[in-house]
Amino acid sequence: MGRSDVCLRGKDLLGLQNMEPAEIELILDTAREMKTIIDRDIKKVPTLRGKAIVNLFFEPSTRTRTSFELAGKYLGADVINITTSTSSVVKGESLRDTLLTVEAMGVDIIVMRHAAEGATQFAAGIVKPLLINAGDGAHEHPTQGLLDMFTMREEKGSLQGLKVAIIGDILHSRVARSNIWGLKKMGAEVHLAGPQTLLPRDIDTLGVQVHKRIEEALEGADVVNVLRIQRERQQKGLFPSAREYARIFGVNKSRLALAKPDALLMHPGPMNRGLEIAPDIAYSEQSVIAEQVKNGLAVRMAALYLMLMGGNQVETIN
Amino acid sequence: MKRLIKGGRIINPADNTDMVGDILIENDRIIEIGKNIICNDAEIYPADGLVVAPGFIDMHTHLREPGLEAKEDIASGTRAAAAGGFTTVACMANTKPVIDNAILIAGLYRQAQDTGVVRIKAIGAVSKGLAGQELAEIGDMLAAGAVAFSDDGHYINSAQLLRTAMEYISIFDGLLISHAEDETLVEDGVMHEGAVSAMLGMKGRPAVAEDIAVARDLLMAEYTGARIHIAHVSTKGAVELIRKAKERGVRVTAEATPHHLYFTDEALQSFNTAFKVNPPLRSAEHVAALREGLRDGTIDAIATDHSPHAFEEKDVEFRYAPSGFPGLETAIGALMTTLYHSGFMSLQDIIARMSIAPARILRLDAGSLQVGCQADITILDPDLEWQVDPKIFWTKARHSPFENGKLKGKAIATIVAGKFVMRNGEVL
Repeated sequence: MGRSDVCLRGKDLLGLQNMEPAEIELILDTAREMKTIIDRDIKKVPTLRGKAIVNLFFEPSTRTRTSFELAGKYLGADVINITTSTSSVVKGESLRDTLLTVEAMGVDIIVMRHAAEGATQFAAGIVKPLLINAGDGAHEHPTQGLLDMFTMREEKGSLQGLKVAIIGDILHSRVARSNIWGLKKMGAEVHLAGPQTLLPRDIDTLGVQVHKRIEEALEGADVVNVLRIQRERQQKGLFPSAREYARIFGVNKSRLALAKPDALLMHPGPMNRGLEIAPDIAYSEQSVIAEQVKNGLAVRMAALYLMLMGGNQVETIN
Repeated sequence: MKRLIKGGRIINPADNTDMVGDILIENDRIIEIGKNIICNDAEIYPADGLVVAPGFIDMHTHLREPGLEAKEDIASGTRAAAAGGFTTVACMANTKPVIDNAILIAGLYRQAQDTGVVRIKAIGAVSKGLAGQELAEIGDMLAAGAVAFSDDGHYINSAQLLRTAMEYISIFDGLLISHAEDETLVEDGVMHEGAVSAMLGMKGRPAVAEDIAVARDLLMAEYTGARIHIAHVSTKGAVELIRKAKERGVRVTAEATPHHLYFTDEALQSFNTAFKVNPPLRSAEHVAALREGLRDGTIDAIATDHSPHAFEEKDVEFRYAPSGFPGLETAIGALMTTLYHSGFMSLQDIIARMSIAPARILRLDAGSLQVGCQADITILDPDLEWQVDPKIFWTKARHSPFENGKLKGKAIATIVAGKFVMRNGEVL
């Protein structure tokens, strides 16, 4: 599929697994334009005026929900947040009925986060508004994958041939899966490492290299993407203690030194400083963690725009 | 009342019959089998081009009655059975209340008399309330007509309880049916653990959980000398363990389901809850081993594990959906499509595993076409191509992994005790 055939208008954004490289490129190129809006004094543009976006979040979230909310608002759309603790879900309403209710109000895009894998795909089969997957269980988180790729591309020029090390809890990570799909499509080389107990069996079938020791994955890496470790994984016995995790699998200064000197340090947040990532490197020169957040906003603006209004060209938004 | 089934291909695996001929039925019995039977006062059923087989026996069905009638009841479940060509179904004990005492077995049989259209055999619980703690009243249930005992849906976690159950059941030379998945290994897993679960991020139920469970059960059967039947075998390892155990003389039998023989875990990529089942649909390697095990006789029987659920229960996120789906109406179509029309197995062998094999395992006087026997007969159109449409199922359930699938081969008539209970898809 060539770039001129690409159009995301009217399509759902469920995951990077089924996306064409040219579609990914269109989003990343558009995001570059969007990023200029964020730095403006007056941010609001009228591009999506009259469009309604609902953030339907069945899991807690700060950065992703806020990012989608601001992305919609900067583009002039109306954005409503629905979170489970304040919704009819606590009254036992099924996902289908919640979706039909939201649909009946005439929204254009539903941004959904859900603990169950495939929930957004299920939703897309039920309602007419376009769906954006803002994370479904451990399956995919496509806008995170896109913002990570945007950040890498911005810093390194191209994704082609980059060695990207993804470190930590791969098993429970939708971020890892979206990164793997996206990066493989864009020609990067993906290395995974973490405790064996947190590495999915047969993950190598996705075309990635799997390492038992994180040092092997870090060796010569252009990008080090550190995943969040949830404390409850320790309670489930998947590793013995936070202390031991930090010692054997935590990314710290000496381990980061195994990567290329100009390697980027990334983290999708929220961080557990002192567990999966050492505090001194989290804000070091190599860290692009804050920039990731900004890029996330740009990527989400691009996605919303392309899905609702976009053609196959990157347009300058005024 | 006489009926003459004329000119069909009679396949009776019990005595290796495979011939074109006629079957004459008087009242509830078969009174003659042969070529060119002349009988002037019989109603004739022309069976040219059709296969006439012993009535199918499903040794693993969930009829959901009592207590779970939103999913299924005896009336709807036995109609689904008739539609699928089954003349006898053995129903599992995980109802509400659990079938764990004689009075409930008797009640089930009474309800079957009133509302059922095919024969029902009851499987009693091994443990009271399926709780895996205390033995249920097995002797009492046997006296009331239970044909086997199972905590299906649950593995008997305590090896001590399993030992006690086997020893106790063996007093009566009864049969214990095991749902073999080590629960600590499967936990809340929703699909086979492997490349597809790695891709989808869904929690896996590893094959080794089944292998370990089967291994323990076989060792205990060997130690106690009891009879054991392994339900819905789905892994390569389990097939191999059962094969080896049979070689050693362990009294083990096993079943496989049509869905484990037909689908792989690749189907889960749709996140369609219709594919959610325990044990889960496995990878191609396991499916191949299971098919081989079925062909070489390691797996004795085919059973549907018909597990209907209400529409709204399955109409949810994959993780929250209950496991299982209806199987009675799609079984023979799926099996003929994937095993017979593909050239993998003969029709006789497939029919054997759905009739005489389960009859022998459950010690039923059924599963064979012989003069003097009960006239329980299934008539198949082996070449009928049809599209699965759950909206017109006889079961109450409306989800099926075979939905929209094209199958070749179908039961077109079902006779129980000499009476047509289904003709051309219509349950009578």
